[in-house]
Amino acid sequence: MAIEIEEPSAGLSRVAVSETHGEDSPYFAGWKAYDEDPYDESKNPSGVIQMGLAENQVSFDLLEEYLEQHSEAANWGNGISGFRENALFQDYHGLKSFRKAMASFMEQIRGGRAKFDPDRVVLTAGATAANELLTFILADPGDALLVPTPYYPGFDRDLRWRTGVKIVPVHCNSSNNFQITPQALEAAYNRAEAMNIKVRGLLITNPSNPLGAAIDRPVLEEILNFITQKNIHLVSDEIYSGSVFSSSEFVSIAEILEAQNYKNSERVHIVYSLSKDLGLPGFRVGTIYSYNDKVVTTARRMSSFSLVSSQTQHLLASMLSDTKFTENYIKTNRERLRKRYESIIEGLRNAGIECLKGNAGLFCWMNLSPLLENPTREGELTLWNSILHEVKLNISPGSSCHCSEPGWFRVCFANMNQQTLEVALKRIHDFMEQTKIKKNLL
Amino acid sequence: MGFTSSNQHHLLSKIATNDRHGENSPYFDGWKAYDSDPFSPTHNPHGVIQMGLAENLLCFDLIQDWIKKNPKASICSREGVDGFKDIAIFQDYHGLPDFRKAVAKFMGRVRGGRVTFNPDRIVMSGGATGANEVIAFCLADPGDAFLVPTPYYPAFDRDLGWRAGVQLVPVACDSSNDFKITEAALEAAYEQAQDANIKVKGLLITNPSNPLGTIFDRETLRSLVSFINKKNIHLICDEIYTATVFSEPNFVSIAEIIEEDMECNRDLIHIVYSLSKDMGLPGFRVGIVYSYNDAVVNCGRKMSSFGLVSTQTQHLIASMLLDDEFVERFVAESAKRLAIRHKAFTMGLLQVRISCLKSNAGLFCWMNLRRLLNESTVEAELALWRLIIDEVKLNVSPGSSFHCSEPGWFRVCFANMDDDTMEVAIRRIQTFVQRKEAVLVAGN
Repeated sequence: MAIEIEEPSAGLSRVAVSETHGEDSPYFAGWKAYDEDPYDESKNPSGVIQMGLAENQVSFDLLEEYLEQHSEAANWGNGISGFRENALFQDYHGLKSFRKAMASFMEQIRGGRAKFDPDRVVLTAGATAANELLTFILADPGDALLVPTPYYPGFDRDLRWRTGVKIVPVHCNSSNNFQITPQALEAAYNRAEAMNIKVRGLLITNPSNPLGAAIDRPVLEEILNFITQKNIHLVSDEIYSGSVFSSSEFVSIAEILEAQNYKNSERVHIVYSLSKDLGLPGFRVGTIYSYNDKVVTTARRMSSFSLVSSQTQHLLASMLSDTKFTENYIKTNRERLRKRYESIIEGLRNAGIECLKGNAGLFCWMNLSPLLENPTREGELTLWNSILHEVKLNISPGSSCHCSEPGWFRVCFANMNQQTLEVALKRIHDFMEQTKIKKNLL
Repeated sequence: MGFTSSNQHHLLSKIATNDRHGENSPYFDGWKAYDSDPFSPTHNPHGVIQMGLAENLLCFDLIQDWIKKNPKASICSREGVDGFKDIAIFQDYHGLPDFRKAVAKFMGRVRGGRVTFNPDRIVMSGGATGANEVIAFCLADPGDAFLVPTPYYPAFDRDLGWRAGVQLVPVACDSSNDFKITEAALEAAYEQAQDANIKVKGLLITNPSNPLGTIFDRETLRSLVSFINKKNIHLICDEIYTATVFSEPNFVSIAEIIEEDMECNRDLIHIVYSLSKDMGLPGFRVGIVYSYNDAVVNCGRKMSSFGLVSTQTQHLIASMLLDDEFVERFVAESAKRLAIRHKAFTMGLLQVRISCLKSNAGLFCWMNLRRLLNESTVEAELALWRLIIDEVKLNVSPGSSFHCSEPGWFRVCFANMDDDTMEVAIRRIQTFVQRKEAVLVAGN
């Protein structure tokens, strides 16, 4: 349904007619191609393989096994009459048992290196709602948040669309593995100042999407210094924290704050969700964890617009407070993701493709810049188009993640089974062979 | 871990530091009184009875019974777990097809089958709270206004105003004509807004009304449609209490009006719905935006990313509402039980000559305590209200919190308690009124 913008009667709002929802970007065009011709092992073996969706499907068996043994019906408490209390519960504090379970799960993911207070856990319908909500609280329309590039394309909508807040990119590049530097932060801040835009905060994603790498401790410390010095907020979106292949390689901002006795922590807020680590995006479970009392109170009130279904809270409270289950899940999930990552890296390497060294996430950051005819955004999109329509793989072009260097692509590997991954790798291998042949013939 | 800092206030946005969340209103004081001293027939028989919460508890037995008999509807049970993965991964903002089908069907069913709804226009939101906010974001810019007949649901100020920045311009209604909305009142409100340079983008009605419990008649609805077409503004109908209509006359939805042979620009018509009242499932956050405007459906759907319904819940609701036999029985039984409860309550009040506005819907009565006021002012109303909370130990909602222009009215909820508790509440009111009247008589 195209939106007609000539002169709709009574008119819609500026927000409604703007394009800041972001759906006209290539990021979504690839999805459409997939929707029209989806790969299926038996029914459509030459269809488009979806590698543009950061979903975690590698550990569903563990969840299913848990559910078979802990049926929801039996779990309402007091038999079925617990259902009534649950169905009525709309308190924006959220179920205490669920908040406790979330806090404990977040602690486990961080290997017990940071403590989380259940009373600081604010629940929202997914990280999408959490990021928007925090933006409403931390910035006024016209203000800006700094966001290191490349970043998750959805931020353009989540942080800007209805809030009226701008994003000022902090440019990172491959010369240092896309790490955030104090210089880049300063440069971005100054650029904003020069445009008379008030910077209210910095949003980092750790581990990074799309890089698939955790941010190093020294970098986090520099970031903390920067935001303290500028007196701005820090939002750390740690949605992929449970998908770090090895627990010791992830440092959460929470650990650093705890180590410094929470000095200056009232500027720091963590976003988390169960969509990636537990593979439950449909359940809409997001959380804001803030070290700032006023933010907690305000976020809680604001969460009224996007509460988590009490039915879902109840189920997950049981599941996540079963520490035996969660420990096993976290460990197994990490291991499986690591194996998957290694197999895709090896497969790509055999095809002559290098990726950024990663240690987390559901994707790898692939370097196809040597293949570009023109080292420009257009060149990248041309290549992306061929990959989509000829190789039949939907991967995400770096430009849709606002990467300043053309030629990088995000490739998801956890939303399919091993066989499909191998089919995808074979297609890439063949494509690279053909490309080499074409180049040699020219 | 308490983290405070002297320069905290400057660090947060205007939205974060203003009062538009609305929690500093008296509407919430009563809740606080209840929370600190809640009634329990066994543990705390002298505690505060909660009559300020419009919840529907009357038909839970039917729902619980259905759930027990349909374990597959829960994907987290042994019987349903095969469907778990596909449901848990599904985050498409169109929603599960069965869910949209089921909700569209239910919406038609609770309107007596007199209209049908198109599943492709069903857009999800975080409860009706989220739905109203999405509508505001789609139809109005910050600073624009919606006309709203008074008295109205207090949280509208927050839902439309807090983040979306829409202000509400009241359209005064009073008891001289049973609080019906008149063209004169509409025109007056519209002109007042124009004079103040406020851009009116729409008219928001709640039908059946909260807090009145009345429904709009066909003629009034038609005149509203004419009005909004003439002024070229939107009409938003919050029909969240549709299935709480418990006696004649029949509910007339805006959906029916525009199906009739009427000159109406459909692009101006939008319905807000939810399962929180009709089915008594507020915790499940099932809100719906149903617009006849394609652009609003499109935009609203994109915005629904910020408040999607959990697919676990979508699945359960889809199964439940596609069970025709269950829905038939539920809708009929719910209306029956509400009618009985309403009658018992209003009769109990009549015994001490307290009347309520004649109503045939909702989970509450609009109780007339005007003759108990020392003077016809908001202060007197609030003083009486404090008395009711502190001495009678009932949390009822004062009309002023609903922006009612006439002091002395109170909204009293009756569907969120069992029969025995209701008896206790009625007795307390009767005792209080008798005592107060004795005092008033003695004073004259």
